Amino acid sequence: MTPNQLMFAIFSAVIIIFSILTVTSRRILRAATFLLFVLVATGGMYFLLRFNFLAAIQLTLYAGGIVVLIIFSILLTSHIGTKLEAPSLMKILPAFLVTAVGAILTIATILQYKFPQEVVANSDRTDIHVIAKSLISTEKFGYALPFEVISILLLAAMVGAIILAKKRKD
Amino acid sequence: MFEGVPLTWFLITGTIMFFVGIYGFLVRKNLITILMSTELILNSVNINFVAFNKILYPGHLEGMFFAIFIIAVAAAEASVAIAIIINIYRRLVNIDVEKMNEMKY
Repeated sequence: MTPNQLMFAIFSAVIIIFSILTVTSRRILRAATFLLFVLVATGGMYFLLRFNFLAAIQLTLYAGGIVVLIIFSILLTSHIGTKLEAPSLMKILPAFLVTAVGAILTIATILQYKFPQEVVANSDRTDIHVIAKSLISTEKFGYALPFEVISILLLAAMVGAIILAKKRKD
Repeated sequence: MFEGVPLTWFLITGTIMFFVGIYGFLVRKNLITILMSTELILNSVNINFVAFNKILYPGHLEGMFFAIFIIAVAAAEASVAIAIIINIYRRLVNIDVEKMNEMKY
């Protein structure tokens, strides 16, 4: 077992175990903490694949931003000690059946498909200069249009969130 | 194959994470836990994008850029969803999806 395979096994085990705990834990604050572990392990997987910039974004924006936002909203809307009521068996059974069948079908398809083995390895172009230049370039492999669209989306989301959460006088 | 790790391993990890997220989405009743399941689903898709990019098309960056855009969309979605959740909590004093049957204010 090479070091890469070992690291992949660790990250993958953390992701699978803690994502299952995230959706089954009955204390909501613990579920948020387990979600944090899942997100950090995903960032580790990006580091394993040598996407350093993406891993940094994952750690700061997801693990740092979204999880803190979720924990704040948990503290605003529920008491820390409360346990969620367990879902009924009539609800668990169909959901488990559907997801199990879907997962088995998808994994069987993945294992059956022959992915190309020999890939011409070019130089790795993941340094920050290349990313910055492609994000604002309008030529081939340039992402100026999606970049602008995503910035307008973020602006709209920010304005919408402020207006929604504002106290209404009525 | 990326330095000994085959592509299918990444895809299987992503698949399991995706379906665990869907299970949580179907079973949970609290709105915030449903939001957490959505984050799991988005994250699993990101793993697939990045693995495909690195292993099948090294030298390109499409998968990484779409992962970045998905992260931005997830951040926008989380902020708006939490604003809605807090607004609902202020009006109805609980955030249980089964006790919520009016969206009018």
